[in-house]
Amino acid sequence: MSEVFTKSMARNIYYGGSVFFIFLFLALTFDTSGKTPERDNHEAITAQVALGKQVWEENNCIGCHTLLGEGAYFAPELGNVYKRFGNSTDAIVGFIKSRPVEGVAGRRSMPQFHLSDEQLEAVAAFLKYVSEIDTAGWPPNIQG
Amino acid sequence: MQYQSQSVAKPYFIAAIGLFIGQILFGLVMGLQYVMGDFLFPEIPFNVARMVHTNLLIVWLLFGFMGSAYFLVPEESERELFSPKLALLLFWIFLIAGALTILGYLLVPYATLADLTGNELLPTMGREFLEQPTITKIGIVIVALGFLFNIGMTILGGRKTVVNLVLLTGLLGLAVFFLFSFYNPVNVVDDKFYWWWVVHLWVEGVWELILGAILAFVLIKVTGVDREVIEKWLYVIIAMSLITGIIGTGHHYYWIGTPEYWQWWGSIFSAMEPIPFFMMTIFAFNMVNRRRRDHPNKAAVLWALGTAVMAFLGAGVWGFMHTLAPVNYYTHGTQITAAHGHMAFYGAYVMIVLTMISYAMPIMRGQKAANMRAQVMEMWSFWLMTVSMVFITLFLTGAGVLQTYLQRYTDDPLPFMVVQDKIEIFYWLREIAGVVFIIGLVLYVISFFVKGNEAKVVADTA
Ligand code: HEC
Ligand code: HEM
Ligand code: HEM
Ligand SMILES: [Fe+2]
Repeated sequence: MSEVFTKSMARNIYYGGSVFFIFLFLALTFDTSGKTPERDNHEAITAQVALGKQVWEENNCIGCHTLLGEGAYFAPELGNVYKRFGNSTDAIVGFIKSRPVEGVAGRRSMPQFHLSDEQLEAVAAFLKYVSEIDTAGWPPNIQG
Repeated sequence: MQYQSQSVAKPYFIAAIGLFIGQILFGLVMGLQYVMGDFLFPEIPFNVARMVHTNLLIVWLLFGFMGSAYFLVPEESERELFSPKLALLLFWIFLIAGALTILGYLLVPYATLADLTGNELLPTMGREFLEQPTITKIGIVIVALGFLFNIGMTILGGRKTVVNLVLLTGLLGLAVFFLFSFYNPVNVVDDKFYWWWVVHLWVEGVWELILGAILAFVLIKVTGVDREVIEKWLYVIIAMSLITGIIGTGHHYYWIGTPEYWQWWGSIFSAMEPIPFFMMTIFAFNMVNRRRRDHPNKAAVLWALGTAVMAFLGAGVWGFMHTLAPVNYYTHGTQITAAHGHMAFYGAYVMIVLTMISYAMPIMRGQKAANMRAQVMEMWSFWLMTVSMVFITLFLTGAGVLQTYLQRYTDDPLPFMVVQDKIEIFYWLREIAGVVFIIGLVLYVISFFVKGNEAKVVADTA
């Protein structure tokens, strides 16, 4: 870089640019927090859903699955599993409950978590809640 | 070594390399579980291996950053470190806390670990990369504060260079954004929104400052180019990082329930994120070409150039590939993401830490550079690890393209598990590349023990 462009000009771009874009980002964040309630399905958040999220987290489901496309890529997307399972929380409960302790020979396996009925219902309710968030049409189809 | 206290970096670097080996071993375990689903099941389920793999990665990179700072800051400040004792104390605290956490993942079910550590009091666990028990997170904050205090006091009482200030800003940002890991609302949209303030604003924000500062330091040392020139480049690079990267966070806000204008903000700004990485490549090659001296440490120069190239490929090219909203609609959360994550983390952050270790370790061992045989072996390890990472990325990309097509794009989309079966061959190839990677890593470790004539290397290049 030539002498026309000096170090102090570079420094000013760094300081000015960063400060400007930090504030722009904060403004967008503020705007977002006003607009997400229209899409985030918060009406569905009950004590059961909150428990469901706790079960989800304390069993590290995200370590194998994605949820709305984020997480691990080892097992199916669960953001829309409620819909994939025919809008049924019972089907979700049944699936989680029926995992064999020793896994399925030769196939990627999901652990048997020995969840209580309350926990099972809760995590299924949580997945139902997530499936009803407005995600701008993602995923492209029911397979997730 | 110009200042005695710089040598506290040594245990940090040794720990980093040790944990790096652990990370890769667990990567290989997961790679096998991808194709042999019941491998080590139920003893080490995939999610456990993944936590160990990614958390070891983050922890050893943090060890690497801290070690780099302890080596670099005294030399730049032209004074001894404020407190070498504190640095050593924090080293042991961090190592023990880290080891206990990893053991916790491996020895008890995750739900039990959550129970034991009182997760319900302040639930922060069970989110990707932030799986650590809340007390571990608090421990990380304490270590970070002590570290920043030590580094900050050193810089305040000494010469303030651009490299020092940029590094300090980056490290401070690292600590500040980590605080968002304590915010975990039940509302999934909010949870995800702020989760990215840790993950994205780290790797595409403040960590780029750390990367730039370390690269600038090593280039000043090995090329002898005028500091003024290098500092000007550094400013421009990090300016572009923050200008593009902060709003670029929007590329994670397309499909998580946030307003749809993020598809525009995210696409436009993140499409410019490759610019700083491209500039870094130009910068590194330019400085090496204009070098005023031939440094005897050829391996360190190779690592520095390698970092610039691989960071551009992994972050810039592979990041750009899936960053525009219409593309990301199909690739979001597929093996394309894994491909990019691997090459970007390796190219930018693994390689910059290895660059610094390569430069600093011989000096801490009383030599200007390692002997030629050791350097040749280190350069072999560079090529083995780097080329195998390129192949890991290519195989995952192949898997990802097919996955995207079969599961997301065709008229007759197939279920996830069916698709995974069809693309198995790519996972086998990835695992083979992973084995080559670990061979490279073993050679890397051995290179520290290869004996030879150090004086000759220095004399030959003088
Ligand atoms: C060790 C990895 C692992 C963990 C951890 C895990 N799963 Fe799974 N899960 C799988 C795999 C693999 C499948 C696909 C099983 C199959 O098709 O045979 C699956 C399938 C599912 C399905 C059915 C999806 C579909 O479309 O067919 C649901 C629902 C599910 N998991 C829920 C959960 C919940 C809830 C948790 C946390 C409590 C969890 N999983 C934790 C591996 C895991
Ligand atoms: C032997 C070589 C390696 C193998 C076989 C391997 C394998 C894996 C596997 C199977 C996953 C899980 C992907 C999933 O969620 O389904 C993973 C995740 C990850 N690995 Fe590796 N890994 C290797 C080396 C590395 C290296 C060297 C790095 C860093 C430099 C790394 C960084 C990561 C990261 C960041 C993730 C999370 C990816 C994401 O969420 O996109 N791995 N790795
Ligand atoms: C060194 C810098 C970078 C690192 C270490 C890095 C790492 C990662 C990782 C690990 C993920 C996966 C996160 C998850 O598990 O959900 C990811 C996602 C992503 N990265 Fe990067 N990245 C870097 C730079 C970039 C750049 C410069 C771009 C754009 C040009 C980019 C675009 C993306 C996108 C679009 C995703 C989301 C993928 C998805 O939708 O699944 N990244 N990155
Ligand atoms: Fe990002």
